[in-house]
Amino acid sequence: MSRVRANHVLVIGAGPAGLAAARAARERGASVTLLDSSDQLGGQFWRHLPDTRPSAAERILHHGWGTFRALSDALESDSGCRIIRSAQVWAIETSPGCPGTVHVVVGEPDGGGRERLAFSPDAMILATGAHDRVLPFPGWDLPGVFTGGAAQAFAKGERLAVGRRVIVAGAGPFLLPVAASLATTGSSVLGVYEANRAPALLRGWLPRPWQLLPAAGKGVELAGYVASHLRHRIPYRLGRMVVAAHGTDRVEAVTVASVAADWAPITGTGRTVEVDAVCVSHGFTPRLELAIAAGCALTTDRFVRVDEGQHTSVPGVYAAGEITGIGGADLAMAEGLIAGHVAAGGAAADDQLRRAARRRRTFEGFARRIEASHDIRAGWPKVLNADTIVCRCEEVSFGTLCATVESTGSRSLRALKLSTRAGLGICQGRVCGRSVEELLATCVGDGGLRDGVTTDRRPIAAPIRLGELAADTTVSDSLQTTRVPKSPQTP
Amino acid sequence: MTARLLPFGDDPIKPAPPTGVTITVDGVSAGGVAGQSLAGVLLASGMLGFRRTSAQARPRGVFCGIGVCYDCLVEVNGLRDVRACQRRAADGDVVTSQHDRRPSGDAS
Repeated sequence: MSRVRANHVLVIGAGPAGLAAARAARERGASVTLLDSSDQLGGQFWRHLPDTRPSAAERILHHGWGTFRALSDALESDSGCRIIRSAQVWAIETSPGCPGTVHVVVGEPDGGGRERLAFSPDAMILATGAHDRVLPFPGWDLPGVFTGGAAQAFAKGERLAVGRRVIVAGAGPFLLPVAASLATTGSSVLGVYEANRAPALLRGWLPRPWQLLPAAGKGVELAGYVASHLRHRIPYRLGRMVVAAHGTDRVEAVTVASVAADWAPITGTGRTVEVDAVCVSHGFTPRLELAIAAGCALTTDRFVRVDEGQHTSVPGVYAAGEITGIGGADLAMAEGLIAGHVAAGGAAADDQLRRAARRRRTFEGFARRIEASHDIRAGWPKVLNADTIVCRCEEVSFGTLCATVESTGSRSLRALKLSTRAGLGICQGRVCGRSVEELLATCVGDGGLRDGVTTDRRPIAAPIRLGELAADTTVSDSLQTTRVPKSPQTP
Repeated sequence: MTARLLPFGDDPIKPAPPTGVTITVDGVSAGGVAGQSLAGVLLASGMLGFRRTSAQARPRGVFCGIGVCYDCLVEVNGLRDVRACQRRAADGDVVTSQHDRRPSGDAS
C-alpha cells in the first residue's frame, strides 16, 4: 500500500505521549506543531519548577527526568517543530476527508485577550492524558480535601506541601508517589489507605508474575516508593477508606473505616484522625472531549479505540497515552512514538517501531494487572448520605439525585441531568460525571439508564470568553500563519 | 497555617535562592516565590477557601490543582473566573475572592 506522507502533524498535549509523538513525527520528516495548555512541557507526569526557580538536582523528584530533558531539548532546538505553550484547544470541527479543524486560544490561562488560532493539519495526534477520578464522600467538598494530583502538582511544580498532617486515601498505585511527594516536601503523612484488600491486589498482581519481568523498570519504580515509605515510616493500610471529612470551613479531621471487598464501609470500624489535609484519588478519568469532538470511536470501557498504529476510527487522527487506556508514562511514550511515526507516513509494521511495539505490549500487560487490582468496586455509593454533595459545581446532593429519579420516573441521563443540574456546572461534569452516571443507574435500578448518553461529550472543550469568541482567528499551518478577519456579514 | 512552601535551604534539590513576589488578596498583602501559581501563594498564606458557592455559600478552594475542577476561581486584576491553580502570580496582582449568588428567580 502506498502511503501519503503527512506534511503537517499537529500534536495536542506535551506530556510523555505527546513529546514522544512529536519527536517521532519529526524523525520521519513531518513538520510538527505541538500544543499544550500549560506554559511548560512535560504534562502532569513531568510537572516541574518554572525556569525562574533553577535547582541543581530537580531530577530526584522525577522518574525518567533524563528522558524528558532529552525529548524537550530536541524539540525546542528543532526549527521543524513549532511549540505553542499556553495553548488551550477549545473546539475541534470535523470535516469529511480530513482530520478536522482545531480551534485554539493562546495566552494567559483564562485571560481575557487570548489570541485565536485555527489549524487544519494533515494528521492530528491526541495526547490529552487523564485527571484524577475522586469518588464523592461526606465532606469531600470542604477546602483541605485535595486530589492526589493536586498534591503532586504543588509538590513538584512549586515545592509546596498542601498540608502539615495529611492522609492519602483511595485506590491505585498512584497513592504511593503522592505520599512520597508529600513526605519529601515536608508533610507528615499519617497514613496511606488503599480501599482494596490483599486478595484483590494478589489477584491482580500474581497470576503471571513473569510477565512483569520486562516491566522491571516499573517494578523498581514501585519498589522505590515503598522503600521511601519505610524510610519516612508511613503506614500503608489495605481495605480502608476515608468515609468522611469533618470541619466547618475547612477539613479538621477525617474518619477512616474498614471497607468490604466491594468498598462498602463496615459499620463500627471508623476511627477519626485530626488532619489539615486529605489527598484522595480513586484512579484516573481519560480526557476524552477532544477525541469525541474529532469523531473518534470509543471502546466499551470508554477509552479511545486505536489499532496497532495508534489510528483512531477517524482517518488522520491518532491517539496515544492515557486516553487509550490508563497505563503510565512508559506505555504512553511507546504509544506516542508509534503514533508519531505512523502519523508522519510510516507504517505500524516498520522495523523502527519494533522496540516500541514490544514495550507497548509489556506495559499494557502491567497496566491490565494494575487495573484488575485497583479498579473501582460497586459498593462505593454506600459511603454517601442523602445530603452528600455529588456534583460540586451545581451543589447537587445524592438525595436530590435519588429523589429526582423517584419523582420523574425518568431513565434518561440527559433528562435527569437537566432536572437535577448534576454535571452541568463549569467543570462540565469532569469531576462528577461518571459518579453521577453510576449513581443514577443505581437509583433507576433494573436495566439502568436507557438513552445511551454519557457525560464525556463536551462540544466546547474549555470555557472561552465572549470577547475572545468575537475576535479574529489566525489560520495556521505548521510554520506560518494567516490572519482571517471575522466575517464582514456579522450584523 | 497548613500548606507550606518547603524552605529552599531544606530542599534536597538544591535550589538557587528564589525571587519573591507580592500580591494582594482581598486587600491583604501575601508573599510568595516568583513562578508560583496564585493558588500556591494563597494556600501558603493560610487561605484555603478562595470563593463561596452560589447555592449554599460554602467555601471552595483548590481541589484538583490541575485546572480541571474550576473550584479555585478568583478575580485577578478585575478579570473574574480565573483558575488560581493555572495562573502564575505576578508581582502586584490584585486577587479578590468571588461569591456569585444565584439569581433570586423573580421574573423582574
